[in-house]
Amino acid sequence: MPIRTEPVTVNLGPQHPSTHGVFRLRVTFDGEVVLDVEPVFGYLHRGSEKLGEERTYTQVITLTDRLDYVSAMTNNQAYVIACEKLAGIVAPERAMYLRVIAAELQRLVSHLVATGFFLNDLGAFATPLMYCFRERESVMDLFEMLCGARITVSYMRVGGVFQDAPEEFWPALNTFTTDMPHYLDEYEQLLTSNEILLTRTKGVGILTTEKALNCSVTGPVLRSTGFPWDLRKVDPYEIYDRVQFDVPVGEQGDNYDRYKVRIMEMRQSIRIIDQCVQQIHPGPVKADVPALLRPPPGDAYGRIEGPKGELGFYLVSDGGIAPYRFKIRSPSFINLTVLRDLLIGWKLADMIVTFGSIDINMGEVDR
Amino acid sequence: MPSPLEGNALFRGIYCWLAANKGNALQCPPDGPAFKDGWLPLGWEWLAYTIAALAIVMLVVNAFMVLATIYTYVERRLLGRFQSRLGPNRAGPFGLLQPIADAIKLLAKEDLVPAGADRWVFNLAPVVMVVPVILVLAVLPFGRHSFVADVNIGILYVVAVTSISTLAMFMAGFSSGNRYAMFGGMRAVAQLISYEIPVVLSIVGVLLLAGSLSLVSIVEAQRIPYILLQPLGFFVFMAGSSAEMNRSPFDLVEAESEIVSGYHTEYSGMKFGVFQLAEFGAVLTTSGIMATLFLKGWEGPVLPSHLWFLIKVFLFAFLFIWVRATLPRLRLDQVMAFAWKFLLPLSLINIFITAIEVLALDTTKLANLWLMAGINMAVAVLGIAAFSRFVRLGGKPRDITIEIPMASEAR
Repeated sequence: MPIRTEPVTVNLGPQHPSTHGVFRLRVTFDGEVVLDVEPVFGYLHRGSEKLGEERTYTQVITLTDRLDYVSAMTNNQAYVIACEKLAGIVAPERAMYLRVIAAELQRLVSHLVATGFFLNDLGAFATPLMYCFRERESVMDLFEMLCGARITVSYMRVGGVFQDAPEEFWPALNTFTTDMPHYLDEYEQLLTSNEILLTRTKGVGILTTEKALNCSVTGPVLRSTGFPWDLRKVDPYEIYDRVQFDVPVGEQGDNYDRYKVRIMEMRQSIRIIDQCVQQIHPGPVKADVPALLRPPPGDAYGRIEGPKGELGFYLVSDGGIAPYRFKIRSPSFINLTVLRDLLIGWKLADMIVTFGSIDINMGEVDR
Repeated sequence: MPSPLEGNALFRGIYCWLAANKGNALQCPPDGPAFKDGWLPLGWEWLAYTIAALAIVMLVVNAFMVLATIYTYVERRLLGRFQSRLGPNRAGPFGLLQPIADAIKLLAKEDLVPAGADRWVFNLAPVVMVVPVILVLAVLPFGRHSFVADVNIGILYVVAVTSISTLAMFMAGFSSGNRYAMFGGMRAVAQLISYEIPVVLSIVGVLLLAGSLSLVSIVEAQRIPYILLQPLGFFVFMAGSSAEMNRSPFDLVEAESEIVSGYHTEYSGMKFGVFQLAEFGAVLTTSGIMATLFLKGWEGPVLPSHLWFLIKVFLFAFLFIWVRATLPRLRLDQVMAFAWKFLLPLSLINIFITAIEVLALDTTKLANLWLMAGINMAVAVLGIAAFSRFVRLGGKPRDITIEIPMASEAR
């Protein structure tokens, strides 16, 4: 007699240890195999876009901090770039360098968090996570020196940055960039050639370049498929055309490549920071911008290569003190569109890992 | 006096103190200093026997519980160190009172039974879980002449008793009425039964060498530690028993990132505490069995035998903690493949080689033992290297054409 079986539907989340916030997956399982996945989100919706239309251009910066709360600096950067485009302001050179240094530090943080939680999803009992957070802590200290805050930094302003870096920032930054490559070597020693990690991630959750492009996936997830698309190279903003760096790409777009691309990108970020420290000159850090900015009517789209992909802000001005329309193109949200295709047919354990390797942040998905 | 308890020094002491008299001079020699005249009259030996047996059981079980709570502290503290953090250090000096604080917290918590649960099975599962761990202690020799009973099929008893915990996990998972718990229960059944086989087969090599199933005789038979003579067996036993205890990298049964907490997702309060106690206790008993089988048990120079045993137990426990802090988790099909494709053939090779050696060489000579150790080391290294090179654990996705519409489309 054949055993009668039937598919089981499980609501994974919104409260589950590895949903990276309040994400919910309605999964249909046949035993352990995923038959179907339906992502449900909106549990962290705060109406940031509408809130932005009620605030002045400077006040919106604090809202951007709370989008992707592990990379506040890059959110600030994307927003102020959009504002500067809209108002026709050019930030001083030193401010641009400071922004790039801060943004690359933030990229390091975001990738460290992504790697740590990815390994946590793989089942390594918090050890890689704690190691990654140890380095994140030193970046947080650097941010504290820059602007007094650690997570919700609000460091950047339209036309520059909030304040110049203090004296003690530069030696601390130097120590960090000297130590960080050794820590990265340590991670690679622990992880990259770990047999279990290889068996679990190689060939799992393969994303083809074609599918990634069709779904307009960006960031490390796209680059892991072997497509060298990096806005810092193809559409350089701020001072990225003055620094040397490579765009690391993966081979086949599996979970391992997504992890590896992030590790390689961290090395490039350190390279960029080192060059910026050499090139930066004394000077003003903020252009002369009125406290109540009234950009001329029109629209502007500012985009940067955020840690998770292309982060863009689309602003429409009607000449008032607040944006008429404030639209966020959040990479986490758009990268999630490929999730269903990556998961179907794999097992429960792979589902968690693949989901972790896309590296989303619910603050940004739900906005 | 029945035979299994006869060799136990403490039992003998209590029994003879109570019941020594002319009638049973055989068991209690009258020339012994304390045993001249017992407290109980002739014919009341059964009472003496009961009291002595209960005293020993109380002593062993309570000492074990205390040890298990100490072990939770050690594990958390060491994990903290591995993870570059401090670990519990608030309650008492160096956080030593943390286990007591945890126990008080668990006892004070509300004991919830979910509405959809099968009450009887749900309540019974923690008991079924903790009993086998304690039962193992019955045959485990803690030191020279210190054991509850020297059963002549000791190791067989251990194997039989420890496999009860599979049932407990399935009971807990099935009765909770929670799908994560159900996943955990199903995983437990698949995984634990598969790993039983390589674990049992890896012990056979030791038995061939020792020529006895009694744990005491195995310890006494070890002229050089069997970890040197049976490196492959030790490897298989260590890997297999960490899967049996749901320790990393085989902790799928309670994989936190996947199925929340596995079979004990729905448990709270002291029932959860009992599950935890059983799991931590299992680490200690398994380490104890490993020390007995592979590292000469209680034997060692200078220090007292009980201390040696404890040192060896915590050495192996440290190994388990180390592995837990280091390795990621395998997937279910990979775990099964590891048992059937990797550990099972290796343990068979081990039995084969050991059997030939026992037949061909005179094992009473020390030189022959060292020769065997050399051969077995080489076999272990070659076997593990060859298998890790040629056996692939990875799996492929199942081809699924979606027939079920997404819930939003169906609406």
